[in-house]
Amino acid sequence: MRLRKITLFMIKKGTRIATLLVALCLLSFLLISYSPIDPVQAYVGADMMRVGPEQREKIAEHWGINKPPVEQFLRWAGAVFRGDLGTSMIYRRPVIEVIKERFLGSLALMGAAWLFSGMIGFILGITAAMKQGTWVDRAIKWYCLTLASTPTFWVGLLLLIIFAVWLGWFPVGLGVPIGILAQDVTLGSYIKHLILPAFTLSILGVANVALHTRQKLLEVLSSDYVLFARARGEQGFLLLWRHGLRNIALPAITLQFTSFSELFGGAVLAEQVFSYPGLGQTTVQAGLRGDVPLLLGIVIFSALFVFTGNLMADLIYQIIDPRIRQGGAV
Amino acid sequence: MINIDALREKRSLGFRLPRFNRRQQTLITILLMIIFLSSVIVGGALLGNERIATNFETKNLSPSLKHPFGTDWLGRDMLTRTLKGITLSMGVGMLAATVSAFIALILGLLAATMGKWADTVVTWLVDLFLSVPHLVALILIAFALGGGMKGVIIGVAFTHWPSLTRVIRAEVLQLRSAEFIQVSKKMGKSRWWIAVKHILPHLIPQFFIGLMLLFPHAVLHEASITFLGFGLSPHQPAIGIILSESMRYLSTGMWWLAFFPGLSLLIMVRAFDILGDHLHMLMDPHHAHN
Repeated sequence: MRLRKITLFMIKKGTRIATLLVALCLLSFLLISYSPIDPVQAYVGADMMRVGPEQREKIAEHWGINKPPVEQFLRWAGAVFRGDLGTSMIYRRPVIEVIKERFLGSLALMGAAWLFSGMIGFILGITAAMKQGTWVDRAIKWYCLTLASTPTFWVGLLLLIIFAVWLGWFPVGLGVPIGILAQDVTLGSYIKHLILPAFTLSILGVANVALHTRQKLLEVLSSDYVLFARARGEQGFLLLWRHGLRNIALPAITLQFTSFSELFGGAVLAEQVFSYPGLGQTTVQAGLRGDVPLLLGIVIFSALFVFTGNLMADLIYQIIDPRIRQGGAV
Repeated sequence: MINIDALREKRSLGFRLPRFNRRQQTLITILLMIIFLSSVIVGGALLGNERIATNFETKNLSPSLKHPFGTDWLGRDMLTRTLKGITLSMGVGMLAATVSAFIALILGLLAATMGKWADTVVTWLVDLFLSVPHLVALILIAFALGGGMKGVIIGVAFTHWPSLTRVIRAEVLQLRSAEFIQVSKKMGKSRWWIAVKHILPHLIPQFFIGLMLLFPHAVLHEASITFLGFGLSPHQPAIGIILSESMRYLSTGMWWLAFFPGLSLLIMVRAFDILGDHLHMLMDPHHAHN
């Protein structure tokens, strides 16, 4: 029974995601095809002077960009459907390979930031709610609201100035040291390059979870069962452990899963500041240098990434939350 | 008999500062924020170009009384550049946020008044635009429009409406079940008439609050996208451009190039945030009790 419900739910979600993805492909393709940037010129780059009009036409014909947009779209969409996103112009390699390789770099960064911001935010939120009305609460609230108006890249720059330039604890940029072969890079130096960008994303990511958790915990604390527990003499950490934690953990976790979109955006900025070789930096490169296949591939990939986060959040509710599990609506 | 007036007078001698209630405090904060923001924006717009002219005699100066924010590698005064940059960023953000809020208002109204079909389409559109990270969508749009100020404004305007649309749609759905609307329907008024005459006026406060709360996001995204190198040309002193230029000089220890412009942006955005929050408190009585 339960399994059937979850399967049904998955099918419903799946069709919705599929229609959204198709529309997304169509929309982004439309946008790109109206771009004034000439793909042939972007591909050839500085050697444009040496390419004659005939050669230009040959390249255009080879790519099929002299055909009407509808036909182009169908060809591209067909290829995408088969899992072929084309070849990146900057890297001269299949787009899928580039995305896979770069995403692994970003995954370490985003994963670390995701975990830390979630945990710190959760703890901050709990602290603020338990000390409601005191200066601790006000300080945490103020900190979180200020974070919401702080540019990510500026925090990155500040950390770079303090820790890399003044203190010299961390390298100024790049994912690995310059001049060392890829196989010689040690795990230690890899982690060393990861710390600052991950730290940037972590201190900015706490705001949402902290404010949300605070709100939820305040709701719980003003409920009748907590009043009763207080009347029995429970207080402090024990009260939180017995009556609060289970109620606020679930919303916090799902909120973290639905924040994948902001996480991705933050990673783009952080990677740019720290020249960290991940998917974010590749996105910026693809946009700036007119690498259409790669850009389209990343758009689709990032949408899939966000969908995955949302789906996880939904599934966690379905599987863990006893109220939904037993068939009631919340 | 105790003379209350005398007591009051006695107490007021101890406290010279006038005491305000919550509402008055909110109003005063709003007023202060408006004065602060408008003075910065007007100041930035009125400042001449002579202080940001290239002047190699005053190159790479650290902050001093004459140049509170220091000068850059071309001898340009960073305070002037920052003020001008903020004015530009605020202008772009304001325009984009306004367009965005109008899109949200129209779509939210359509979704909730024009029947089930329109509602499905609008919620689907909201999902579609929320499915791609804002920054990636911004890069895509900026690329498609070939960069420039236009790309930034259109990009920010077309990525920020979904959240407000949801809020407005929920508000309209709630309003629609109100008695006066039901009565109006029974009286034979058309959907359009009800939407414009009955529902729209209720949405005006929501709309302005939404606009104020959208604004910080719009400005931050504008700064991010210019920082990444899309959009505004390097000659325009936008905050994003100032910060991305400063990156090249950081390793030489010129911290003031990045510190002050970013801090100013933070303060401005936060000021707008506070303004929006206080307006919210003033207009929405439910919110004020929290």
